[in-house]
Amino acid sequence: MTKLTVRGLQVDLASKNIVSNIDLEVSVGQWTCIIGPNGAGKSSLLKALAGIIPSTGEILIDGTNMRDLSQRDRACWIAYVAQEPVMPTGMRVFDYVLLGRTAHLKMLATESPKDLEITHYVISELDLVEFIDRDIATLSGGERQRVAIARALTQASPIILLDEPTTALDVGYQQEVLELIDKLRNEKKIAVISTMHDLTVSGLYPDRLLLLAQGRVVASGSAESVLTPENIAQHYGAKVSVINHASGPVVIPERNN
Amino acid sequence: MRTAAARRITPFAWVVSAVAVLFTLTLGVSIGAVSLPPLTVWSEISSNLFGTASSSTSSESTIVWQLRLPRVLLAFVVGSMLASAGCAYQGTFRNPLADPYLLGVSAGAGLGATIAIFNGSGTTRFLLPLAAFVGALGAVVLTYSLGRSAIAGRSSTALILAGVAVASLLTAIQTLLQQQNTDKIREIYAWVLGRLSTSGWNDLAIITPYILICIIVLLRYRRVLDVFAVGDEEALTMGLPVARARAAIIVAASLGTAAAVAVTGLIGFVGIIVPHILRLIVGNSYRILLPLSVIYGGVFLVLADILARTILAPQEISIGVVTALLGAPFFLFVLGSSKSGSVT
Repeated sequence: MTKLTVRGLQVDLASKNIVSNIDLEVSVGQWTCIIGPNGAGKSSLLKALAGIIPSTGEILIDGTNMRDLSQRDRACWIAYVAQEPVMPTGMRVFDYVLLGRTAHLKMLATESPKDLEITHYVISELDLVEFIDRDIATLSGGERQRVAIARALTQASPIILLDEPTTALDVGYQQEVLELIDKLRNEKKIAVISTMHDLTVSGLYPDRLLLLAQGRVVASGSAESVLTPENIAQHYGAKVSVINHASGPVVIPERNN
Repeated sequence: MRTAAARRITPFAWVVSAVAVLFTLTLGVSIGAVSLPPLTVWSEISSNLFGTASSSTSSESTIVWQLRLPRVLLAFVVGSMLASAGCAYQGTFRNPLADPYLLGVSAGAGLGATIAIFNGSGTTRFLLPLAAFVGALGAVVLTYSLGRSAIAGRSSTALILAGVAVASLLTAIQTLLQQQNTDKIREIYAWVLGRLSTSGWNDLAIITPYILICIIVLLRYRRVLDVFAVGDEEALTMGLPVARARAAIIVAASLGTAAAVAVTGLIGFVGIIVPHILRLIVGNSYRILLPLSVIYGGVFLVLADILARTILAPQEISIGVVTALLGAPFFLFVLGSSKSGSVT
């Protein structure tokens, strides 16, 4: 059972401390969600795990230190979907999803029939067959997010990092994308680490929440234990009520007068 | 179920390209002060290559084999290199305006070559491309670091502004050197404007090995150039060693540009015109764009050279002037259409 272990992760950018002392454990099939106020370091933490920005501390997967690996080998373990994935104008959906095979190719190699087959498989799994020849720049928000997730899946890494996968989407697409991620982590045995903005939504699917404030973990655990009015008042400076619903805690901001 | 394959050049495009290449090469050798029928051209080339009987007179033979063919082939090779370098820079910098001339690469190569010429031209014939290469690489590194640090936002014009500044600086230094060596100023001046006229088999032999290697290297990076399209951060997480790949592509494109510049002088805008016309026709994938740029860059420069030779015949215009006259308006067109932020 593949497991990501993070110990004492710290990120400094331009000699300013962004994130420090992060400990984290995620096994395949699990979904951990990082929440926190703006500027808490959610995206930075994810980028550090993805190897985009420098960090210190241990990042281990099944005992393998990610820092010892080449960029390519690291990508075979960890895939990353950006908050707003770059969708180059004029690129077909198929070509974009195919780029996910990069980690499995030598730099100057071209794709083998096996790579094409994997790409087709992922595209049909995610119900994207009708879009296969479409220019990705013409897709709607929800379709883009699904295509970006498809690209991450062709990378075939056991760990996927998703930076605010639903922030730009309306409630219908939001639900669709979250259901998809939930299904994939169960069926494909993938460990998911995501950031999220909407507190109520963050309590719906993930197994575990990590509340980040000023770069530190201030609360972690189940949605019920993290999404308390006290925690939210202290770290967001917001006055809210939390109602327990069958799907999870519902966070409602209160009017002052 | 609908399926798709990776992007590749269709057989139809290959056939069209082969016809275009043969047609322009023949046209290039046929047209001139003495125009020769295509049949004479081919019988002469075949007699030189395969020893078949030739029907042409000895003066026709000289015109074809000694004067025009090397010149046309040189134009082709240089055009291929400049267009594929432009295409490769556009991919790595994610900037549709990148071109060896506009990035200051050509000016850097020019400065390097000028310094080499002033320090004893006879012995440096083979070192000339190397001196030009050092200048070219220095210029592109300078342009890239200036363009990145000057304006934080990744605006595609920042890089070009930096390129213009670097090119002006290097050209000024070059002019300064020229004024201190007035005895060679004529030679340098003709060279700066871009020329193919004095070319013989010798020039072709000097630069073809460099250019061939560079083009082969660039072609092998065509898939990587498509990966660059998603930006550095995402490319990194997809397992592309971004810095290393970019360095390799820049070195190959700059070395090839330098080799071309060392022999023909500054010929601008080829690297913008050719890839952009191709983009409109075949789309943005470098798997197709790059090989076609190699082919049509050559075709384009042979045609431009025909114009340079014939517009004011018997006088010749510098080929650099022709490409600038065609390219500058084109540049403005691309600038206008890329303003909306559609960086490809």
